[in-house]
Amino acid sequence: MTTIGRRNDTKPARKLPWIVEFYRSDVAKKWTMAVSGIILLGYIAAHMVGNLKVYLGPESINEYGHALRDLGGHLVPEEHLLWIMRIGLAFAFAIHVHAAYALTRRNLAARGKVRYDAPREYLVANYASRTMRYSGIIVLLFIVFHVSDLTIGTANPEHVSGDIYSNMVASFERVPVAVAYIVANIALGFHIFHGVWSLFQSIGANNETYNKWRRYLAWGFTAVIIGGNLSFPIAVQLGVIS
Amino acid sequence: MTTLDAKVPAGPIQDKWTSHRFDSKLVNPANKRKYEIIIIGTGLAGASAAASFGEMGYKVRVFTYHDSPRRAHSIAAQGGINAAKNYTNDGDSIFRLFYDTVKGGDYRSREANVYRLAEVANEIIDQCTAQGVPFAREYGGLLDNRSFGGAQVSRTFYARGQTGQQLLLGAYQALARQIALGNVTLYNRSEMLEVVTHEGRAAGVVVRDMVSGEISSHSAHAVVLATGGYSNVFFLSTNAMACNTTAIWRAHRKGAHFANPCFTQIHPTCIPVHDEFQSKLTLMSESLRNDGRIWVPINPDDTRPANDIPEDERDYYLERIYPSFGNLAPRDVASRAAMRMIDENRGIGPLKNGVYLDFAEAIGRLGKDVIEARYGNLFEMYERITDEDPYVVPMRIYPAPHYTMGGLWVDYNLMTNVPGLYAIGEANFSDHGANRLGASALMQGLADGYFVLPYTIADYLVDYLNVAPVSTDHEVFKDSEREVDERMKKLLSINGMRTVDSFHRELGNIMIEHCGLARSKAGLEKALVQIPALREEFWKNVRVTGTEDSYNSELAKAARVADFFELAELMCRDALEREESCGGHFRVEHQTDEGEAQRDDVNQAHSSAWEWNGYGQAQTHIKEPLEFEYVALAQRSYK
Amino acid sequence: MDLTLKVWRQDGPGKPGEFKEYEAKGISSEASFLEMLDTVNERLVEAGDVPIEFDHDCREGICGMCGVMINGHPHGDQKGTATCQLHMRKFNDGDRIVIEPWRATGLPVVRDLIVDRSPLDRIIEAGGYISVNTGGAPDANLIPIPKPAAEASMDAAACIGCAACIAACPNSAGQLFTSAKLAHLNLLPQGQPERYKRTAAMVEKMEEFFGSCTNHGECEEACPKSISIDNIALMNRDYMMAKLKDRRKFGQR
Repeated sequence: MTTIGRRNDTKPARKLPWIVEFYRSDVAKKWTMAVSGIILLGYIAAHMVGNLKVYLGPESINEYGHALRDLGGHLVPEEHLLWIMRIGLAFAFAIHVHAAYALTRRNLAARGKVRYDAPREYLVANYASRTMRYSGIIVLLFIVFHVSDLTIGTANPEHVSGDIYSNMVASFERVPVAVAYIVANIALGFHIFHGVWSLFQSIGANNETYNKWRRYLAWGFTAVIIGGNLSFPIAVQLGVIS
Repeated sequence: MTTLDAKVPAGPIQDKWTSHRFDSKLVNPANKRKYEIIIIGTGLAGASAAASFGEMGYKVRVFTYHDSPRRAHSIAAQGGINAAKNYTNDGDSIFRLFYDTVKGGDYRSREANVYRLAEVANEIIDQCTAQGVPFAREYGGLLDNRSFGGAQVSRTFYARGQTGQQLLLGAYQALARQIALGNVTLYNRSEMLEVVTHEGRAAGVVVRDMVSGEISSHSAHAVVLATGGYSNVFFLSTNAMACNTTAIWRAHRKGAHFANPCFTQIHPTCIPVHDEFQSKLTLMSESLRNDGRIWVPINPDDTRPANDIPEDERDYYLERIYPSFGNLAPRDVASRAAMRMIDENRGIGPLKNGVYLDFAEAIGRLGKDVIEARYGNLFEMYERITDEDPYVVPMRIYPAPHYTMGGLWVDYNLMTNVPGLYAIGEANFSDHGANRLGASALMQGLADGYFVLPYTIADYLVDYLNVAPVSTDHEVFKDSEREVDERMKKLLSINGMRTVDSFHRELGNIMIEHCGLARSKAGLEKALVQIPALREEFWKNVRVTGTEDSYNSELAKAARVADFFELAELMCRDALEREESCGGHFRVEHQTDEGEAQRDDVNQAHSSAWEWNGYGQAQTHIKEPLEFEYVALAQRSYK
Repeated sequence: MDLTLKVWRQDGPGKPGEFKEYEAKGISSEASFLEMLDTVNERLVEAGDVPIEFDHDCREGICGMCGVMINGHPHGDQKGTATCQLHMRKFNDGDRIVIEPWRATGLPVVRDLIVDRSPLDRIIEAGGYISVNTGGAPDANLIPIPKPAAEASMDAAACIGCAACIAACPNSAGQLFTSAKLAHLNLLPQGQPERYKRTAAMVEKMEEFFGSCTNHGECEEACPKSISIDNIALMNRDYMMAKLKDRRKFGQR
């Protein structure tokens, strides 16, 4: 019988740089997603914790903002270290999105056009894992707005550079923004819930003794981060912060 | 009259194999690539031979009707593989394994072959371990052994209840490596339908691509048949659905002698038949008899559930009749004992066609966890099929056709009487005599494929250096292709009233009744009238739908069943002529007062080989006398 | 019991296919799923129709030949069970059963419910073996293997190659199959010399045919041998090591 897959002749003859070779593989793309995911999760955690200072009053959080810009103290010119971090973060973000996009395309191609007729009842794949690409897109779109709203300020007429506290209050006082923020954070919650668990698989950190803790960690991390994040617009809307 | 030369080397039995390897001619490594070898079948024997030939440098083509070599039915072997490693320090030796196997085969096998088998068995374990077969281990990291029927030592290596699977995967992986290296070409979903001979030698095969229906010829210097046994002649057996006799039967029709066709093994531990639509029988590994106790109620009218029957009203009949081997009596003995119980109307289950295999005592002694670790997957399989939990309710088991000791006659080199045509594994008749001991089939398949044929084939090939195989354009190939094509067209054109399965089922019923566990002259003579009549009807009244040029499993099945009819007739004739009871062949006329098999070593100490004389003609019976120099002929006793 | 079957029929590779409905009346609840199909087929032949083609062989759940989508579940919804071991007692009288072949670009339909699984063979050929020639193997007890390691290897080696994992995966990924074979060999001392070469070769061959893993875990659920996705994590780690580790300094790890 003629069988598919005897295609030893299709291998490219030219050897590409190892990093490119490496990234061509799906397993490596998943690994890249996991590593960039860890960076992004770290950022999200720091971002949330930093923002909690809003509850300590305007001075505290504005001081925190200043400290960020002043990272490195007198050793480096102001904002340089912050910009290096921002670029690193953007790179992690970009590669995370690119790998996701490339894998999605491959997966759709691997699935083929004909789908199962009977409804596929997923037994263990949970809602979070099946909606990663959608929750990812929501988060991506939101971040574009979020940065232009609170960092650059173009989406917020009352934006004052450096006055984090007022900017936050001004932003979240608008009901649509608060709602969008809440929706996006719930999407982010689903995304990081699966992501935190999944990254252990992707980087191959697997030990039967600790495996069940991966789920607990995912729950705990998600709850803390999203809980913290959601508190900001709610606090503003309720007038706790004003 | 044709005589058979087994080509057994001279000398003491311990030295025969060594001196034979030295005396055999060799093919120079650089010349090996000039030879082409065709292998049919990718079970343990076929895959291991193909891999070994590939490693040696021969050009190999291997054919399987499955989608992948890994599907061959060797994969279903559960219990284990024997070797005389004596790791358990219980006095095992090559000679003891040889002795047990000859005795277990009821003294109807060729001593020299069996000794060689025992000799290479240790190498098999080493080879498979090196390949990464995950054999069961002790906590110290060394290999574990368990006991099997017919032996009083623990010499069976195992990988849970999936030993056959793991060994086959090992051989398949070795084969895959050779395929990747380009030494072996694999043809999957390709069924061999004819052996082609030229000037008395094997020239090649005709194969049908099961997906496209294309019929093609392949020629080579040697053809190796590793196509397994023919238990499916009984319709219901433990063999896989596709197992068939076609390859070896077609070889037989081209002049290869068929030996001991009536030596078939009825395995005592299968799940009983439950209904008429049943398609196959499922084996429960013999290893279960390590811990399970077999019993029936003493009172034939006892209808209570098993667990309600008190100890003193149970008959642990194997322990009672065969105290020294107990529940580990050999298969033929255990099967016949079960049959006697059922004949005494003491069978159990809804159809009163089974006996109990009870683990209550072992679970009490060892705990459920230990039993689960040993047999978990078997218990699960039983539960799936019967919907009963064997941890709570005793298993019900019944004897069912399992293995065929008979097959193509081969000499010491595993070559049939047709030069260049070899048969290995279950497809040949060589090593198990009239009964095979548990865990010996895997041993034989791998011995033939890894360690015997790779040496012995050179002795034949060396004479054909630089002689090209017969061209596939040659008349002999074209004629065979035409014949195969006509056979397929004929089957499709009959358009009768009955399905292939209905014929197969009827044939199976005749065979199990008259040529099964017990055989009688009258019954066999009756079968010899019924079978040709059924065969005639088949060729007039079978209905095969579909087309020739597409995937058509009905057509494939019809062609296989057509060959089963002819084989069935030969089995009955062989059983009729063997006027004795030995191993799996039990003639009711020949039994001791206690109902045990009664051999006739004066008149029947031979292998029966049958020579094809043409369609519808009776085969000629040729006897290969068996001499026993090392194992004294004795009434087999497991008491 | 009386059933209605909705079955995918397709004449050959690359040909168009369609669903057809069949009545299966008077089926015994003791029959296996494949015996039910046998009965339907025998009736189809009697009526002069072409029977439904499906792959099957050992009917003991070990050869890996069988496997169809039953009401959206690979091998049916009984856990740890191959199609041949599924029995009709798990269905109810009057049920309507949708039977489809595995669906994936890498597993094209051969006919009706039969798919071409040869990519799995290609993956094994890429490196799913230990390169030892016949003969000359050292004594089997020369290398002691810790029992837990041997058991873990065996757990993975139980894979029957049925491709249900691929059929179940929303991405048609071949990771469970590939990782099971890798774990079988990579967990054993005998498998160490080729461990990373094997992993890279098999992973890259796999990716020629199948999608990527998004850690859903559907494969584990569908697997008739309940093979764990922990093997996939091991494969991922070994793949990274294959790319990053200097194998010339193997002894220095």
